[in-house]
Amino acid sequence: MPDQLLFAIEVTLNGLMAGVLYALVALGFVLIYKASGIFNYAQGVMALFSAATLVGIMNGDVPFSHLINAILGTDIHHFGWHVPAILAILLTMGVMIFLAWAVNRFVFKHLVNQEPIILFMATIGLAYFLEGLSDMMWGGDIKKLDVGLPQGINETIDEVTFNLFGYGFFIDNLDIVAAVVAVILVIALTLYSQYSKQGRALRAVADDHQAALSVGISLNYIWILVWSIAGFVALVAGIMWGAKSGVQFSLSLIALKALPVLMLGGFTSIPGAIVGGLIIGVGEKLFEFTLGGMMGGATENWFAYVLALVFLVFRPQGLFGEKIIERV
Amino acid sequence: MNQMSTEGYTTADGRKIGGVMMEMKNITLRFGGVKAITDISFDIREGEIRAIIGPNGAGKSSMLNVISGFYVPQEGEVWFRGAKRPPMKPYQVAQQGIARTFQNIALFEGMSVLDNVMTGRLTHMKSGMLEQAIWKGKAEKEEVENREVVEKIIDFLEIQAIRKTPVARLPYGLKKRVELARALAAEPKLLLLDEPMAGMNVEEKEDMSRFILDVNDEFGTTIALIEHDMGVVMDLSDRVVVMDYGKKIGDGTPDEVRSNQAVIDAYLGVAHD
Repeated sequence: MPDQLLFAIEVTLNGLMAGVLYALVALGFVLIYKASGIFNYAQGVMALFSAATLVGIMNGDVPFSHLINAILGTDIHHFGWHVPAILAILLTMGVMIFLAWAVNRFVFKHLVNQEPIILFMATIGLAYFLEGLSDMMWGGDIKKLDVGLPQGINETIDEVTFNLFGYGFFIDNLDIVAAVVAVILVIALTLYSQYSKQGRALRAVADDHQAALSVGISLNYIWILVWSIAGFVALVAGIMWGAKSGVQFSLSLIALKALPVLMLGGFTSIPGAIVGGLIIGVGEKLFEFTLGGMMGGATENWFAYVLALVFLVFRPQGLFGEKIIERV
Repeated sequence: MNQMSTEGYTTADGRKIGGVMMEMKNITLRFGGVKAITDISFDIREGEIRAIIGPNGAGKSSMLNVISGFYVPQEGEVWFRGAKRPPMKPYQVAQQGIARTFQNIALFEGMSVLDNVMTGRLTHMKSGMLEQAIWKGKAEKEEVENREVVEKIIDFLEIQAIRKTPVARLPYGLKKRVELARALAAEPKLLLLDEPMAGMNVEEKEDMSRFILDVNDEFGTTIALIEHDMGVVMDLSDRVVVMDYGKKIGDGTPDEVRSNQAVIDAYLGVAHD
């Protein structure tokens, strides 16, 4: 096989892996949007916040240590213990559930029946609040996140492909783990929302608040549930991205990449978020590989957005978005 | 008819009506300075079909919203099954066994008919979130049992053919029927119908009347309904409350109400001095 083709295949595979991570963030958006009609701009920052919290808990850092030291004149930074990864993940999930409750209690409960744009603005505020909170609790430096996920080149794939084609594919183990986790997460969430009692209640609330109340669904409960699930997805995304490129501010910018993913997949479709993520991931890598040189490089910065724009023109509801049915 | 004894009464067609299920005591509801309901009291008895009628803007829907918890009255008490009801959220009222339909149809448009009716069973599903998440035996068994109830109701209301159709695609009359199915799926003790026949043609009205009577007859469901069509109300209901400008102007059997001068005036209009 010609080298160019092999290289293209490798690029595609890497694109798929990157796409899975985009999809993970997009998934969090879809969940909240479906259940509450809120486009949660803060989803990316939630991933950052959860990853920072996870690192902080694992390292036994004292939260708000700068603040505490400044006020009390002390010099404490660590509790002096290390928390095992699994336990730390569970604790972080607890923090995310608390966050879900707080967000609902102090923000969105007061914004019921407001225009979508106002809810959107509230999530922008929430994003910057969370970013500040994250820095205040755990400090703003770049942190290394290691929860024991396999990292580095997958030797088996490298060896097998080398023997087959005379060219070893470079696939990162972490990307493979991320892909598997994302697939499991998507299947589980789809089944949960389609077939469970809470899933049905969730879709009901998304559809019509009044009707949902009349069949005995507590809106508050559903909103806390859905923000918790979004928090969980953010945590998973945070772990994957954090392990890949460290826990830092740029992590929250991934959220912006989720926007074109959502435009492609449709704001209301869980499978759409996945397929959209994959298309963007593969698309931007292949585009850079084939035409990037001619276009001055760094096409990855804008390719996703332009692709989404083209999509919007031809299929505004996205690939899998709910059909817009209008009876006249 | 030996009416209003505490043990209930027997209707002309021989149905036994039980004791008081729901009692509204001196309900007053204001929106800012506007009084929607002024000092209204009436009761709803076990097993009866109770109609609330009145001209447009009389406060009928507001009254239904008070019963179902969507509005909280400023004054008055709501008694349900012998106990005074504290101020409740609509979902808590639903959990108490009071189901309702809406004047302007509130269905889950994006979901299928079957899923819509299944949401009516939510108050009967007890398994917790984790159980549901990992789909243990109990949750599955529960789903199957509830599905059986729902299928029975779908058969009963003759909407088998559209079970899988997204609700958004249905014509108005069928949507009304699906909404009734969802309310029935809750197996409510009290069923509230807000203008179940509004906007229907004669044939659809006849179908709906038949369903309402059948529901009352077969499931023994107590029904309170609001309706504009006087003919329909008189045929369907056992007792009627008449409202006008937020006040109660009549209460009794259809015959009593029909001959009540205040009611005739409200409906036909009368010169005000």
